[in-house]
Amino acid sequence: MLSDERLEHLRAVADLPDLTGTRYRLIRRLGRGGMATVYLVEDAALGREAALKVLSDPDPSGALGGRLAGEARLLARLEHPNLVPVHDVGTLPDGRVYYVMKYVRGERLDAWVARRPPRATALRLFTKVCEAVAFAHAQGIVHRDLKPENIMVGEFGEALVMDWGVAKRLAPATGTPTLALDTAAGLPAAGLPAGAATAAGAIIGTPAWMAPEQARGETGRIDARTDVHALGALLHYLLAGSPPFSGTGEAALARVIGDPPPRLADLVPGLPKPLAAIAARGMAKEPQGRYASAREVGADVERFVDGLPVDAYRESIFERGARVFARTRMLVGLILVYMLVRVLILLFAGR
Amino acid sequence: MSKPVLGMLIGAVLGLIDGLSAYAYPGVASMMTGIIIGSTGKGLITGLATGFFANRLRSLPLGIACGLAIGFVLSLLVAATSPDPEGRYYYLEIILPGSLVGAIVGYACYRFGRPPRQTTA
Repeated sequence: MLSDERLEHLRAVADLPDLTGTRYRLIRRLGRGGMATVYLVEDAALGREAALKVLSDPDPSGALGGRLAGEARLLARLEHPNLVPVHDVGTLPDGRVYYVMKYVRGERLDAWVARRPPRATALRLFTKVCEAVAFAHAQGIVHRDLKPENIMVGEFGEALVMDWGVAKRLAPATGTPTLALDTAAGLPAAGLPAGAATAAGAIIGTPAWMAPEQARGETGRIDARTDVHALGALLHYLLAGSPPFSGTGEAALARVIGDPPPRLADLVPGLPKPLAAIAARGMAKEPQGRYASAREVGADVERFVDGLPVDAYRESIFERGARVFARTRMLVGLILVYMLVRVLILLFAGR
Repeated sequence: MSKPVLGMLIGAVLGLIDGLSAYAYPGVASMMTGIIIGSTGKGLITGLATGFFANRLRSLPLGIACGLAIGFVLSLLVAATSPDPEGRYYYLEIILPGSLVGAIVGYACYRFGRPPRQTTA
């Protein structure tokens, strides 16, 4: 009779993909998502480790395989330091589609945040995420599932936005909310099957991290500002250490649609108001109330870091004075020392 | 504003103020015009040189130290070559504030000046 442990092992081994005929050697499983599993493999030709993403289950219709291939093609087009590069795409002997990408050594954003990094470090990381998302937006692509589990923090503090499996391509050269085609991870020109199109009204993403229009299934209103909402939620998460909305399923969707996010000032005593305002503007219920792009979110955070006024917050004259003093305190100190020296010379140099 | 231009502007203003402070020394009253022009010119050169070096530095403390050193050297030159009519030298009165003006210019250039455009090979 087999022990539970032995049975579990056999089950795990049976689940492993057969990489015969590829140049990859399986090392271990890294994680499993909704439709695919990621494995650590060794690229025998190049002698390096890589991450291989393959459909978790057989795909007789080919629809899911088409999506995964579409995701690989999409990622291959997005060449950016904060996006994971794709090395290869192919099909396993059992017909399942896979693609191979860079193996990122590091940890997920949620694990990184759990270690309570300094605020300045967290803000720097956030601006890198904004840059990656802004780059994708410039290519006409919306991620639609930005959340801590989809962001990796590398060994040297680099941020990598992962899992573009439900990304969406906007109408070319519009910059408007209009959509030409709603294909999950889809680039029609890349040959996605028609079945890969997301049905109108379908709810795509992770409920607790969705924008209200996404939670309502309003696929026609999805645009760059949908990702801006997720960036606002991510900023909230980085600052507070907890997501603005929690839970799963219908309950989470209802909260995202109807409830205001918790006030950051209540969660983080002493948090600078401009930072709370940036997160709140990012998470405005209506897209018109948010930043127009990820670039604008990142730029506002950078302005805060540089001691400059931010777009999301109108400061009082006292706050402006305090900010200017904080930014120039070294200069003020040097001038005070200069004046003190002048006075001391006048007093003691016998003039 | 580029760092050298910003440096010249701040250096000139601070140099002018530094020169005007010589009114507190009755012994040099007959030399005031020369002192003000010289001090302003010294501030200009300090600002230009500090701004020039600030373009190449990647550290704020180094920027301040660079301004301090340039201010010190120029002030030393001025102090050593500018005795009053009675032959007295004003090393402390010129070098100390002059060096501090350099440090202020160094800080301002590094912190507020526009970095040079990156050029590709």
